[in-house]
Amino acid sequence: MVEPDRYGLPVAPADRETSTNAAPLARRILRHGRYETAAMLGNGEQLVLAVVLPLLALFGLTFTDILDGIAEARIDAATPGVLALCVMSTAFTGQGISTGFDRRYGVLRFLATTPLGRAGLIFGKALAVLAVLVIQMVLVGGTALILGWRPDLAGAPIAVVLLVLGAAAFTSLGLLIAGTVRPEATLAITNLAWILLAAGGGILIPGSRLPGVLADIVAVLPSSALGDALRDALIGGTMNIGACLILLGWTIAAGLAATRWFKWN
Amino acid sequence: MVRVLNGISLTAHAGAVTTLLGSNGAGKSTTLGCAQGLLKPDGGTVRLLGQDPYSGGSTLRSRVGVMLQDGGLPPSVKPMALLRHVEGMYSHPVNVDALAQRLGIDSFAHTTIRRLSGGQRQRVGLAAALVGNPEVVFLDEPSAGLDPQSRQTVFDLIAELRERGLCIVLTTHLMEDAQRLSDYVYIIDNGRNVAQGTVAELTAEATTATDSRTLFFTATPGLPAPELRDAGSLVEEAAGQYRVDGIRSPAALAEITSWWAERGILPTSITMEPKNLEDVFLDIAEGGARG
Repeated sequence: MVEPDRYGLPVAPADRETSTNAAPLARRILRHGRYETAAMLGNGEQLVLAVVLPLLALFGLTFTDILDGIAEARIDAATPGVLALCVMSTAFTGQGISTGFDRRYGVLRFLATTPLGRAGLIFGKALAVLAVLVIQMVLVGGTALILGWRPDLAGAPIAVVLLVLGAAAFTSLGLLIAGTVRPEATLAITNLAWILLAAGGGILIPGSRLPGVLADIVAVLPSSALGDALRDALIGGTMNIGACLILLGWTIAAGLAATRWFKWN
Repeated sequence: MVRVLNGISLTAHAGAVTTLLGSNGAGKSTTLGCAQGLLKPDGGTVRLLGQDPYSGGSTLRSRVGVMLQDGGLPPSVKPMALLRHVEGMYSHPVNVDALAQRLGIDSFAHTTIRRLSGGQRQRVGLAAALVGNPEVVFLDEPSAGLDPQSRQTVFDLIAELRERGLCIVLTTHLMEDAQRLSDYVYIIDNGRNVAQGTVAELTAEATTATDSRTLFFTATPGLPAPELRDAGSLVEEAAGQYRVDGIRSPAALAEITSWWAERGILPTSITMEPKNLEDVFLDIAEGGARG
């Protein structure tokens, strides 16, 4: 192909030698992942949600007796739930809100017309969620280690799998909401859900501590499944199969629903 | 389900500007959405460079540039950051700096898109459509919100793309734009194309020697409408772009030139058109209303 000219205008079609002009798939997705990561890290509200609030939760649970009896040290009982909260902040609330507003402004439609395409957009977003998650793990996990957190290292690989699975479930749910209702509604729903699930959704405090039938309901929520499974992995080094299946179920159900009902404009 | 399109049939060729002209809600953007692969039509056939755009892959998308009507631009991003990001999706993009300079984007490169004026956003949207070095360009209302100067820049650029042999498809609801830019015009009304042809063909049909002419001129924006006896009334179609219909005699023209002389107005451009596209359009719309 003839090099595009110095005037910054497209080359005459007759002068072209190759038929494709798309960057390779992996490069497109990596670039979009980087772009979305920068957008998330550049947004003050997202940073509060992703880092500041989880750290406050970590301090709160470490300096009160709410979680006494779950592990030998309070920090050991608190940290797995706070890591689960980080997943919900980034994959669900943060990513849901940004996708909702991208949809409003036509950004999704525009990018879908570039070689990135719809699939590349979704993969790029997933990549950005994982990248922000890594940063959260370093900051929140690092703070916990300084505060004396001693996780069961046998459970560390399980925890990594759970974090990715949790991110998939919450990303699917976030996309489902962002793709079906107005962005203002997405903002309200995902923020409210974050507060309610953080307070009573079994993510920070085990659902089993809730009274009666409430405990049974909370047990099937993705928040509770992720919180419980991370506590089992990082406190006892065990794999909670039931919780994994619940997360998988939410991922598949929300993923299918989002594929079916997501509106691009 | 609402049937938006019902009987659209059109073709756009390389090296030409094909315009979809119609009022708001006529179905122009929906037609473009189908052609771009953003919408899946319930019936009919769409071919873009020989392929089905809805199921076409990244190779097809890499050859097509799109400017959406609402821009499709992320408000919190700066123009150059956006253009660089879009550039990264292509293997042979254009020279982004040169393109940005040509469209005057370099002068507001460090302002977030949210804070740009409507005309500045339009230019960023146009640049985003061209960054990928496309062969086919879809521009939905490219002149909306442009001041006269950037309007000229954009129009010159579209003309140059055409000379290079690109296929340009644009929509507008402004007759004057359609008249100035197009090689071929499809008039869209109520989801159908109701008339088509070159501007000359569309306007020549019913024009006779005694028919009224339309005068277009460019001058400073915001002129107060004069009292005209022989000519029709003055309309400011866009900032500084004026139109006077119903010029049936040399006296009517003299009336306007003497008004210029009185007010000290020296237009930067003047054109007279026989029966213009708007007349054709109104004829068709009236016919449609009667039928």
